[in-house]
Amino acid sequence: MIEFQEVSKVFSGAQERQVTAVDKVSLEVKSGETVCLIGTSGSGKTTCMKMVNRLIEPSSGTILVGGKNVQEQDPIRLRRQIGYVIQKAGLLPHLTVAGNIGLMCRLEGWDKKRIADRVDELLTLVNMPPDQYRTRYPLELSGGQQQRVGVARALALDPEYILMDEPFGALDPITRNGLHDEFLRLKEEVKKTIILVTHDLSEAFKLGDRVALLRAGKLVQVGTEGDFRDRPASQFVSDFVENHWGVEV
Amino acid sequence: MRRLLRLALCLLLTLPCLAQDTVKIGSKTFAESRILAEMMCQMLEAHTDVQVERRFGLSGTMVCFEAMTSGELDIYPEYTGTGAVTILELDGDFHDPLQTYLVVRKAFRDRYKLDWLMPFGFNNTYVMAVRGEYAKEHSLETVSDLKSVEKTIKVGVSHEVLNRPDGLPGLTKAYDLNFANARGMEHGLAYQAIASGEIDLIDAFSTDGELLRYKLKGLQDDRGFFPPYHAAPMVRMETLKKHPEIAPVLEKLGFRLNEETMQRLNYKVQEEKEPIPQVVAQFLSEEGLTKTAAPVKVTSDKDISFAQYLYKRRYKTWKLTIRHLYLAVMSLGLAILVGVPTGIAITRYSKVAQPVLGLTGVIQTIPSIALLAFMIPVPGLGLGVKSAIAALFLYALLPIIRNTYTGIREVAPGLLEAARGMGLTNLQLLTIVELPLASTTIMAGIRTSAVINIGVATLAAFIGAGGLGDPIVTGLQLNDTELILAGAIPAALLAIAVDQLLGVVEKLLAPKGIKNS
Repeated sequence: MIEFQEVSKVFSGAQERQVTAVDKVSLEVKSGETVCLIGTSGSGKTTCMKMVNRLIEPSSGTILVGGKNVQEQDPIRLRRQIGYVIQKAGLLPHLTVAGNIGLMCRLEGWDKKRIADRVDELLTLVNMPPDQYRTRYPLELSGGQQQRVGVARALALDPEYILMDEPFGALDPITRNGLHDEFLRLKEEVKKTIILVTHDLSEAFKLGDRVALLRAGKLVQVGTEGDFRDRPASQFVSDFVENHWGVEV
Repeated sequence: MRRLLRLALCLLLTLPCLAQDTVKIGSKTFAESRILAEMMCQMLEAHTDVQVERRFGLSGTMVCFEAMTSGELDIYPEYTGTGAVTILELDGDFHDPLQTYLVVRKAFRDRYKLDWLMPFGFNNTYVMAVRGEYAKEHSLETVSDLKSVEKTIKVGVSHEVLNRPDGLPGLTKAYDLNFANARGMEHGLAYQAIASGEIDLIDAFSTDGELLRYKLKGLQDDRGFFPPYHAAPMVRMETLKKHPEIAPVLEKLGFRLNEETMQRLNYKVQEEKEPIPQVVAQFLSEEGLTKTAAPVKVTSDKDISFAQYLYKRRYKTWKLTIRHLYLAVMSLGLAILVGVPTGIAITRYSKVAQPVLGLTGVIQTIPSIALLAFMIPVPGLGLGVKSAIAALFLYALLPIIRNTYTGIREVAPGLLEAARGMGLTNLQLLTIVELPLASTTIMAGIRTSAVINIGVATLAAFIGAGGLGDPIVTGLQLNDTELILAGAIPAALLAIAVDQLLGVVEKLLAPKGIKNS
C-alpha cells in the first residue's frame, strides 16, 4: 500500500516566488491496485509520483510505502524496492538489453547465472524472445520494444511497487494500444501496486483500477470511470471528462 | 587506476636527476654563446677534475639569469651591456667598456652573489645593418643617415631588441627616428629576410658571421648609443668557493678573443657548419690553451643529400624522439589524472565550473615560451625536464577538463533520472552512466591535448629540456635548414602518429551501443 497523507510540495521559483506544485494531497493506493494520476501539465501529477521514491522531497506531509515513512528510509534501498518506468524507457544506450534489465541485479550482487535466468524470464514475460533480443542494444530496438525492456527492467528485483511516468506517452497509437493490452495482461500476472502518471484520460480509464485527477496541485477527484462519468465532483471534472474523452485510441 | 598512479609516480621520481656535484654550464641559443660556453667546458674538462654538464640553447637572458640565481646553472657567458641594461636595469651612459664592466660586476656581486670573471676580449655590440646595395642607393653610412628613409625603410629586429629599452625604443629616441614600419622576428630568420629584400634594416651583432655572407653593411653608431657588450663568464660565487680551481682556468681565456677571431669562429660554425666542439677544440689547441691538439677531421654535412643526412642522424633522432614522447606523455598522463577528476568535480559544484574553466582557459592563452619560463623559478622545477613537463601539463589541462565537463553535462537528463529512480548511488551514476556515455568526448579532449603537447614540447628545448625541439632551436640559430627539418619533420610525424593512434583507441573505447548511432 502507498499512502499520501496531506502531502505538499512548494518550489521556490525565481525572485523568491513560491510555487505550490502539490497542495495537501491525501491518497491511498491499495496493494495490487493500479491508480492513474491524471491532469494537465503543471497539475502536479509527476511531482506527486516522484515524492514516492524520493526523487523529490515533500515540503510537508507524509508518504508511507508498505506502512513505512519514506522519509525515514535510505533512498537507495527505498528505490530498489520500487520499480521505475519513464517515458521513452530511459535505457542506457551503452548496455545491451540484458545489461539494462540485469543492471540492478548485478548491483545487488547476484551471481551471473541467476542474473541471466532472471533476464530471460523477464524478456519472456514482456513477449520478447530472449535469444533474439538479449544481446541487442537499445538503439537497435523500436520504441515499443524499448518500453517493454523498460518495464522488464523495473520488474528485475521483483519490487512490490511500480511507478510509471507516462510510460506510453511517446509511442504511436497502434504500438500504444498493443502495449496497453499487454500491460493489462502483465498486471494480472505480476500483481503489483502501481502508480501510473498520464495525461490521456482514456488510457487512465483503461489501465487504472481507479483514477486520481489533479488540478493545480490539488486532488480534485479519485474514483472509477463510472464515478467520473456519473458522479463528477465538480463542474471542472465533468468538463475535463467531456473534453478529454473524444480521442479513442 | 591505482597501478597507473603508482607507475606515474615512479616515472616522476626517476626523472633524469641532476647530479649534485656537476658544474652546470649554460648558453643562450645563438652560436656565439654556445661557442663560448663550449670553450669554458673544454677548458674545465682539460684542466680540472670537475664534472661539467652542458645546458646549452636556453632561451633569452631572463631564462639564463633566473637559472643562475636559482642554482640551476653555475656558469654562462653574458655580455656587460646586457647585464647593465636588461638585468640591472641601470640608467645612465655606458660607453666606457672598463667602467661598465666594473659597475656591472660590483652590482652582481652585491645583489645576486654572481661574479664576472675576466672578459673574453671582444665587444659584440649591436649594429644596425642594411644590404650593401641599399646603403649605396640611399647613401647610408651612419645610423643618423637613416632619418632620410625612416618612412619607407622596413625594419625587422629580434623580439628582444624590439622591446628592450637599450634596443629599438632607445635607439629611435637617441637618433630622433620614427620608423613607420618595424616588427619583431626571430634573429636567425632576419638574415634570410633581409637578403631576400623582405626587410631592409636588421639588428646584428658585430661579430656575426652572416654580415660577411650576406654582404651587409653595418651602420656606424655615430652617437654612441649602444653600450659596450663585452662577453665574460658569469659564475655563481658559491660555485667559485666550492671549486676554487675554476676561476684561474677560465681566466686563461681572458682577452684571447678579439672581434675578428670571434667573427671567424662564428663563421666556421654558422656558414661552414663545423660542429662547435670541433671548432672550439681546434681554437684552444692553436692558442696553446690545451695540450692535446684535437686530431679532428673536418667532416662537413654539406656534401651529402638530405636523406643521407637524416639517415646519419637516425640514432640521435631516435633518442630525441624518445625524450620528446617522454615529455608529452608524462605531462599528458598527469593532466589526465588531474583533469578528469576536476572535470567531474565541477559538474557537481556548478558554481566553480566557470571559474575553473576560465582559469585553465587563461593558462592556454599564455605564450608557450613564457609559460615555460615561468616554471623555472618554481621551487623543485628549475631548468629542464621538470619545468617542461609542468608547463605542458598546464597546457593539456583545459581540453581534458572542458571535455570531461561537457561530456558529463551532455548526458540526457532523462537517463540520469531513470537511473537515479532505479536506485543507483551517486558513485554508480558516475561510473555506470555518466563516464561511459561521456567517454567519447573525454577521449577527444585527451587526443586534442596530446597533439598540442607534442607540438609545444618542441619549445621545451628553449629551457634545456631536450626533445625534437633541440635541432629546431639550434638550427634556427645556426641558420641550418637541414637541422631544423631534422627536428621539425619527426615532430610533425610524431604528432600525426599520436593523433591517429589515439583515434584508434577512441574507437575501441567507444561504448558499443552508441557507436552505431
